[in-house]
Amino acid sequence: MKRRDLDSYKDLNDPVQLAGLKRDSRRENRARNWYKFTRNPLSMVGLITVLTIVVLAVFAPFIAPYPEHVKPFTDFKNASRPPSAEHWFGTDEIGRDILSRVIFGFRFSLMMGLVVLVIVVPIGVLLGLLAGYYQNSWVDSLIMRTTDVFLAVPPLILALAIASILQPNLFNAMLAVCLTWWPWYTRLVYGVTSGLRNEFFVTSAEVTGARLPHILFREILPNCVSPIFTKMSLDMGWVIILGASLSFVGLGVQPPRPGLGTMVSGGTRYLPDQWWISVFPALAIVVLVLGFNLLGDGLRDLFAAEDS
Amino acid sequence: MNYVTFVLKRAFHAVFVLLGLSLIIFTVSRIMPGDPVRLAVGSRAPQWVVDNMREQMHLNESIPVQYGHWFIDALRGDFGVSLVTRRGVAKDIHEFFPATLELALFSAVISLVGALILGSLSARYKDTWVDNAIRVWSYLGIVTPSFVFAILFVLIFAFWLNWFPTIGRIDRAFDIARITGFMTIDSLLAGNLRAFWDAVVHLILPACAIAMGPLAQEARITRSSMADNLAKDYIASARALGVSERRIMSRYLLKPSLIPTVSIFGLDFAAGLGNAFLVELIFNWPGLSRYGMSAMLSKDLNAISGVILTFGVVFVVVNVIVDLIVAQLDPRIRLRAAKGS
Repeated sequence: MKRRDLDSYKDLNDPVQLAGLKRDSRRENRARNWYKFTRNPLSMVGLITVLTIVVLAVFAPFIAPYPEHVKPFTDFKNASRPPSAEHWFGTDEIGRDILSRVIFGFRFSLMMGLVVLVIVVPIGVLLGLLAGYYQNSWVDSLIMRTTDVFLAVPPLILALAIASILQPNLFNAMLAVCLTWWPWYTRLVYGVTSGLRNEFFVTSAEVTGARLPHILFREILPNCVSPIFTKMSLDMGWVIILGASLSFVGLGVQPPRPGLGTMVSGGTRYLPDQWWISVFPALAIVVLVLGFNLLGDGLRDLFAAEDS
Repeated sequence: MNYVTFVLKRAFHAVFVLLGLSLIIFTVSRIMPGDPVRLAVGSRAPQWVVDNMREQMHLNESIPVQYGHWFIDALRGDFGVSLVTRRGVAKDIHEFFPATLELALFSAVISLVGALILGSLSARYKDTWVDNAIRVWSYLGIVTPSFVFAILFVLIFAFWLNWFPTIGRIDRAFDIARITGFMTIDSLLAGNLRAFWDAVVHLILPACAIAMGPLAQEARITRSSMADNLAKDYIASARALGVSERRIMSRYLLKPSLIPTVSIFGLDFAAGLGNAFLVELIFNWPGLSRYGMSAMLSKDLNAISGVILTFGVVFVVVNVIVDLIVAQLDPRIRLRAAKGS
């Protein structure tokens, strides 16, 4: 940094002035973070796994060896074939290529995770900000006690109950998962917000007459961004598991559409002789979730290092 | 005194949570499309039966009054009649719940014991191959859904290796009188050791399938808290005073390191109950989860409410117990909570 720049900032211990300094080097920070991220082999494995699966899902019709096997299709001559060169994951009880169906199945799983998080995160974050900002008021009690109630039942059971009362399909499964998932974000943001509530930058914004949205979204929210993103990356995995579990019991993706959980449960009837029908889709779930978890842990380490 | 305040606060909170939960369940069960009376009496019942039933179910009253009736009935343990089994839901729950609880408790023991062993091994041999192997294993354990474990276990240990039976709680050849509903305890009470062993063997695979995830997570947390505490000054000073390594591990290190493990255990137990839903399906385990599952698939509202409320009660009670244990282990927590933060 040039001497001139430093002179224009009188007090480097003042966080407000220092923030101005930091802003110039944002690109530099990003480059350094990326470098650190690439140094961790596990994080890279996670990133590559996730990217590969996303590419597979997006271009599924061009990549899957037998894309027509996703539509209503039967080929009894080739039914229940074990894994081979033509069918890497074997074929199911009515002759559909399992690899192709797994590749298409990633679409449903990724969609599940994405849609749920896109709906849940803004709601949960907003409630958490409000509850944390109006600490010890009725707003705080109302919101946080409601999260307690929602967290009092295992998410899987609550989601199962809600999904079962509605029509069984992917949309309602997503709705059910959304209803069980928002409290986690509210809790997370509440924790950060209530810690920052009485910091100088918040009180000074209040004193200068900043409006509530400014304080919540411009002053407090930026401090919550890194834990939120870390949690989102980890949650992609958990939401995918929850979605697969709903599909597994028949409350999610409906056959003949190739949901990963749907395929696993369909195959259990043919254990142990035709084990590949359910084992490969099951392993696909594991790989997908593992990818998101490794990625999320990498992000967490990165942000943790930044904070210290 | 402090501890008493803490217990009371915690109990009050638990009651509040259960009230809220009952409100949610009631709301959800009234949102459902379709006429609950028609569902209850069948489509061919004459109109006067429907009207009588409507009166009996308090469906002519306003919604808050309906909730009041429902709540009072639920308090008395009366959840109405199940549409599937045509029996009282409470009776069904009483019949099926012990099997699920037995499974969940067994898997909780497996996960806790396994986690403590693996976690302390990992911390003791930090950064060696033992530690690395355990960490890789716990990673896989965390990301693998329990129903995948269940399928793999059935396939490998039951079908291929033939070590364990695949379905049910006990071999049909044994006829054990039901006393507690816990197959292991009932067979012991009957003095039938072979039946007891058979029941245990039936428990192992499903319990392990449920325990794997919590085990991995708890092992990971035990490892990190032990590793943190190992680096603290009081351990160094104990070593400097010549306290044996074994005594350090068991007396000085274990108790403070247990706190995070025990706290996460409550959540894991709940997750285990949820996962039992899927695992019981695979093992054809005659428990509450399977009952709840079939209720859900046939939209049996009374049974669904009963099952969910039961799980809610168990979860809340377990969490209160866990909090009390943690407060017992860590005086700071109960002092802070009693002061009211």
